[in-house]
Amino acid sequence: MATKLPLTDAVVVGLGWAGAIIANELVDAGLKVVGIERGPWRDTAKDFNIASVTDELRYAQRQELMLRTAQNTITMRNTPSQTALPMRKWGSFHPGNGTGGAGNHWAGITFRFQPEEFRLRSHLEERYGADAIPDELSLQDWGTDWDEMEPFYDAFEKVAGTSGRAGQLKSGQQPGGNPFEGARSSDYPTPPLKQPYSPTLFADTAREMGYSPFPVPSSLVSEAYTNPLGVTMGPCTFCGFCTNYGCANYSKASAITTVLPALIRKENFEARTHCEVLEVTTDSDGRRATGIIYVDSAGRRWEQPAEIVVVAAFTFENVRLMLTSNIGQAYDPATRQGTTGRNYAYQTANNVQLFFDDKNFNPFIGAGAVGMGIDDFNNDNFDHAGLGFFGGGSTRVTPIGAAPINARPTPPGTPRWGSNWKRATVDNYKSTMSIGCEASNYSSPNNYLSLDPTYRDRLGRPLLRITFDFTQNDLRMAQYVTDKTAEIARRMNPRQIVANPRTGPWDGRPYQSSHVVGGFVMGADPSNSSVNKHLQVWGVPNLFVVGASAFPQNPGYNPTGTVGALAFKAAYGIVNRYLRNPGEMMS
Amino acid sequence: MKTLTGVTLALLPLSALAASTEYQDIERGRYISVLGDCAACHTVDDDRPLAGGVPLETPFGTLIAPNITPDDATGLGRWSLEEFKAAMTEGVGKGGYHLYPAMPYPSYTLMTDKDIHDLWAFLQTVTPVENDIEANQLPFPFSIRGVMRGWNWLNFDERRFEPDPEQPDDINRGAYLVESLGHCGTCHTPRNFMGGDGGDKFAGATIEGWYAPNITPNRHVGIGAWSEEELVEYLKTGGNRFGFASGPMADEVHHSSQYWSDSDLSAVARYLLSGAGLESDDWDREPPEPLGEDDPQVRAGSHIYFDRCSGCHTPSGGGEEGIFPQLASNPLVNGDNTTSLIRVVLAGSRPVATDAKPTAPAMPAFAWNLSDEEVANVLTYVRNSWGNAAPAVAAGDVADIREALEEE
Repeated sequence: MATKLPLTDAVVVGLGWAGAIIANELVDAGLKVVGIERGPWRDTAKDFNIASVTDELRYAQRQELMLRTAQNTITMRNTPSQTALPMRKWGSFHPGNGTGGAGNHWAGITFRFQPEEFRLRSHLEERYGADAIPDELSLQDWGTDWDEMEPFYDAFEKVAGTSGRAGQLKSGQQPGGNPFEGARSSDYPTPPLKQPYSPTLFADTAREMGYSPFPVPSSLVSEAYTNPLGVTMGPCTFCGFCTNYGCANYSKASAITTVLPALIRKENFEARTHCEVLEVTTDSDGRRATGIIYVDSAGRRWEQPAEIVVVAAFTFENVRLMLTSNIGQAYDPATRQGTTGRNYAYQTANNVQLFFDDKNFNPFIGAGAVGMGIDDFNNDNFDHAGLGFFGGGSTRVTPIGAAPINARPTPPGTPRWGSNWKRATVDNYKSTMSIGCEASNYSSPNNYLSLDPTYRDRLGRPLLRITFDFTQNDLRMAQYVTDKTAEIARRMNPRQIVANPRTGPWDGRPYQSSHVVGGFVMGADPSNSSVNKHLQVWGVPNLFVVGASAFPQNPGYNPTGTVGALAFKAAYGIVNRYLRNPGEMMS
Repeated sequence: MKTLTGVTLALLPLSALAASTEYQDIERGRYISVLGDCAACHTVDDDRPLAGGVPLETPFGTLIAPNITPDDATGLGRWSLEEFKAAMTEGVGKGGYHLYPAMPYPSYTLMTDKDIHDLWAFLQTVTPVENDIEANQLPFPFSIRGVMRGWNWLNFDERRFEPDPEQPDDINRGAYLVESLGHCGTCHTPRNFMGGDGGDKFAGATIEGWYAPNITPNRHVGIGAWSEEELVEYLKTGGNRFGFASGPMADEVHHSSQYWSDSDLSAVARYLLSGAGLESDDWDREPPEPLGEDDPQVRAGSHIYFDRCSGCHTPSGGGEEGIFPQLASNPLVNGDNTTSLIRVVLAGSRPVATDAKPTAPAMPAFAWNLSDEEVANVLTYVRNSWGNAAPAVAAGDVADIREALEEE
């Protein structure tokens, strides 16, 4: 039995990027907000000491910042006919835990999605014909557009201090930036990071080939930066411990380095950590969320009533909470009816390795989001007519740092152990680089999220089940963009190249990316979306579900910039529309 | 005009002021309680303000700040305004017992009657809390309050603040704030063996394991190289380019100076930077010559600095605005006393967070991976680079502070 607590104006589930941003905006609007976080309170000073944070064994191998799978995990299978099995050690993706969420151990790459992505189905039908999209893809428009999204991207970048160079300002195209980006209302808050050798070499070659290289937009700040909340960050030192690590230098933007230090000081805000939300409660006809029920670290259950409920956990938990709380109708791939769990998508990660004899890349100099990229083969930036697929990838060189356990590049044919392996790692460590291609993943009717019928968490709740495989569209796309990447690699004239296009089936063991999206998607039509363009749940107007769970499909970009923008968008809708006229904001 | 009003009213006998419950007096008194930083010692729990209980470690033993809420049994509920004034200005409590000067009555004695009156009016409005505190935890013979009679005879002058007619109003206001309510000298002026004012005003002193730095206008070891704006910024926001308030100063900013009015902070800055309160010119001494690059400690320290420190403080010691203090030409680095420098390298520090500067960037601890000698060397390097000049740091001093920290 849960003990009922006093009513609050708003409860926010999850204090990562989305939850922290929304909580802060609602508090500033005068609301009393309770933030619930299943993990610990994290803090740079306490948790990420400069002298101890660079510990590959502790953070990359033993995954200290990630959710413990004993607390909660997922089950996985490739097709609806298989039986799913639980993931007992995080492989393919790395869900976070604690304040800051996965934003503590992210790389920092901060793209804006391109304008046409928000109306992808309409765009492709307009350009390639009404029948051009194959049946295996369930692409959708987002129900919003660039003009509506742009101010919120701008707000997020200013909170994060994002470094980069504008390619398109509203005043016109800018040299040296990404020519394919949507027109921006302002330049990046901080200038691009300095580039190490391997991205520089890549950019020079790409430019020679007629492509348009630009600095990868990065929420690792390039100079001391104080954001609009008054929180200050220090410049990135290229220590190479970003991805899987918390930043000790106050350089990598996360909720704990940009929002929470200001938010936690505000009287109307309260954070409850080590509290896991079990359920969003609704009134008898399911038309109104009444609050949440959570369990604290002592095992006690509490009911927190709230006028507004914002669910802003990671994609997986957003969707599981909606399924366990019976919000919306669970998606059924056989009938293609139902929206909760629908359009789960991922990222199609490809790369090409380049082995040189005469180069020294000093690969230990790195950062999760320093690098140069091209978007000439991303999304719909090239003509797909006759190619047999849609989508593409962000092609780039981002030396993330080459820590000693994992960074042991050796060419094919090298023994896996012994003195020859050791010699090969010494020979290749400094002289190997790789070009990545982070490509789109287009949703498909058979890729979805549901509750597992067999496996349960420690509290007896069903685990979330992923049913996912790469579509033929994505595998063809992967081969194409990897071939294009390999052309650039060959032009750079290494001794040897190894191309690794993504191949099927999806394998949950090796890390690919934590860019899991969809399952509670946004749109204009309640029959194929769960939330409207204000991230407001159709039919439950005081419930908002925010995060990458709202993406109807995933373009060839990293998701965090869009997660941040959607958080600002949801908060804006609540403050400026919902509070004035509580009810459905769209019909 | 505030100063003039205060001065004029100060000439009136206290009895002429009725025990007012006027809103203006109470609000003024609330601000005076902030200026005097009453909460630093008298508030443990923000939900029970001024109910006492903060233990004060003195060289003579522990005192616990009493309950000053208007509770009849355990607070000031049965005190009169006159009795309150005697405590503030004479160090004598209700019934005639002597206070210990951990209660800074040697500074508060300078308060105007108007300020005492308004502070009293405010204290009457605080929620009474029953919290019985035995303030005196001192060992014999210090536990005998009567010994304070002799102490007062040697160390204490009862007197009201008198503005200097030669000085402009703002300097006089600054003097009043610094010498009386702000009681800056309590930490920043060296104590004599009895814990009384030891002369060498504002030259810096050790307190609670920290060095309260020199706040004379000396440009090399004091605050003479700080602009008025930088000093105001420090007191208002908790930090400026030279550093962030840590240790006891973090508490001061947290409870007190971040809430001072801008005009009061400017007055304080002008007064301190003018040197108007300093009786002699002893503060105005020449800086030493820096140790050369060939000094073995400087040389060894330079390598440690580049490995361990330069990532944040930058190779040239310039720091990063708003987050990593500059070490170059920084008087806090040049001080005669290295207690705080050694302490922050060994134990790290978490400065104050304020609404204006909520980041509170931490200095990480290096006790676990730098030896006493390495800490001494890197500090010697920092103290003799980029415009700094100061005597070498001895490994033995580091060892002493390491031992003290381990006991903390």
